[in-house]
Amino acid sequence: MTAQVKDSLSDDDLLSLINLIKNIYGFDFSQYSKSSLKRRFERLLGIKQWTLVDLKTTITNDPSFFDVLLREITVNVTEMFRDPAFYKSLSLNVLPYLDSYSRIKVWNAGVSSGQELYSFVILFSENGMFDKAFFYGTDINTEVLEEAKNGIYSLIDMRSFANNYVKTDFQRAFSNYFTVGYHNSTIKSQLKKNTHFSIHNLLSDGVFNEFQLISCRNVLIYFEVELQAKVIELFIDSLCLFGFLCLGSKEAVRSKELLSRLKVIDSKQNIYQRIK
Amino acid sequence: MKTPELIILAGSAGAFHVIYELVKKLPASYAIPVVVVMHRGKKQDNNLEGLWNNASEIIVKEITDKDEIKGGIVYLCPSDYHLFIEKEKVFSLDVSEPVLFSRPSIDLTIQSAAEVYKSKLLAILFSGANQDGALGLLKSKSLGGETIAQDPNEAEVDTMPLAAITLNAVNKTLKTKEIELLMLSFAK
Repeated sequence: MTAQVKDSLSDDDLLSLINLIKNIYGFDFSQYSKSSLKRRFERLLGIKQWTLVDLKTTITNDPSFFDVLLREITVNVTEMFRDPAFYKSLSLNVLPYLDSYSRIKVWNAGVSSGQELYSFVILFSENGMFDKAFFYGTDINTEVLEEAKNGIYSLIDMRSFANNYVKTDFQRAFSNYFTVGYHNSTIKSQLKKNTHFSIHNLLSDGVFNEFQLISCRNVLIYFEVELQAKVIELFIDSLCLFGFLCLGSKEAVRSKELLSRLKVIDSKQNIYQRIK
Repeated sequence: MKTPELIILAGSAGAFHVIYELVKKLPASYAIPVVVVMHRGKKQDNNLEGLWNNASEIIVKEITDKDEIKGGIVYLCPSDYHLFIEKEKVFSLDVSEPVLFSRPSIDLTIQSAAEVYKSKLLAILFSGANQDGALGLLKSKSLGGETIAQDPNEAEVDTMPLAAITLNAVNKTLKTKEIELLMLSFAK
């Protein structure tokens, strides 16, 4: 084995990249978690076999590179029914309450390729609440939104999704929700009819609707604390009074002011209800 | 050796009990923050924090994103997340692709800790069945950090410590008892 320590970007390199991207593309990574961001840039350089200068030249000269950059730098790894216990808690603690509404609007922020949104669709369907619900999925990345609209997942991924699904203790067969092909499974079209996917930037865009349920899990971990607070405030402002907010189980609401507007519904699964 | 500012205990198959026994021996007043990164079954995060906390004098806490790093606490990396350390000495979690089939990746945590703590980092690699951790230790060693592997003769699965030793990423190879004495020597 040959010893090799990968060249890493310095703090100054990272800062200069953030500034360049802001100037050329108008996208601001300055409040992203730096360690994670740095690794994403290092990974991109590795995949492309580029130097830092190559990357900067491409950013400067190729406007179409922005979509590629966004796709590679933001983390789009997601799965259906990640944390089965979270879905059990939603079934138990949130859905019975939401059932009292005649129309339920759900916002999945940072929807990526749609796995979590379709998990919600299935959850609502299992609870007989699909017809009165509408699911909005937003992301900053057009390419992943196209994937989300298509709802096509590889059979390899489907196997692990099915394992998660079984652990949620739902009653039906997971395969009911998909049309299965040779290499892929596609979400059935009737499950897609109450969904809408669109671009929304959590850093710069505001409230666009009023929701009964907002879920944004494992997106805030990529932001620094100040930006996290700003985004959580946007979520609270986007909820109806007594609407519910779901964050990733290892994410925290650290602002006392924001916490005062929320009641904790499940501290382990990080589910909150807006109370003012 | 000089007293480090952060200690990382890392391992995989066969490391769980060795690290658990070490943590149980730490006094509540242990001033150096200790970070535990282990490959665990994705689904078996059944309250490790509670179990270890009850058995130990020192506080054991599973990490929440952006927690500040403080002494007197053993931090557990949650299963199914990568763990990074920011230069402001706070933790960041990440769910990007597994590295060497592992999430958390020991390499990623040690590399990011090494960039922040440099020569003030002590990283110890225990038993495990893959090569995760070796590159992390190499990076830390290149930045002046202290790197230790559990004696492969004693490790339940020697692949992980051997990989680090083969890569020349390790300053010292120690038995568990010697690691315990070293760690306790930093207690005041």
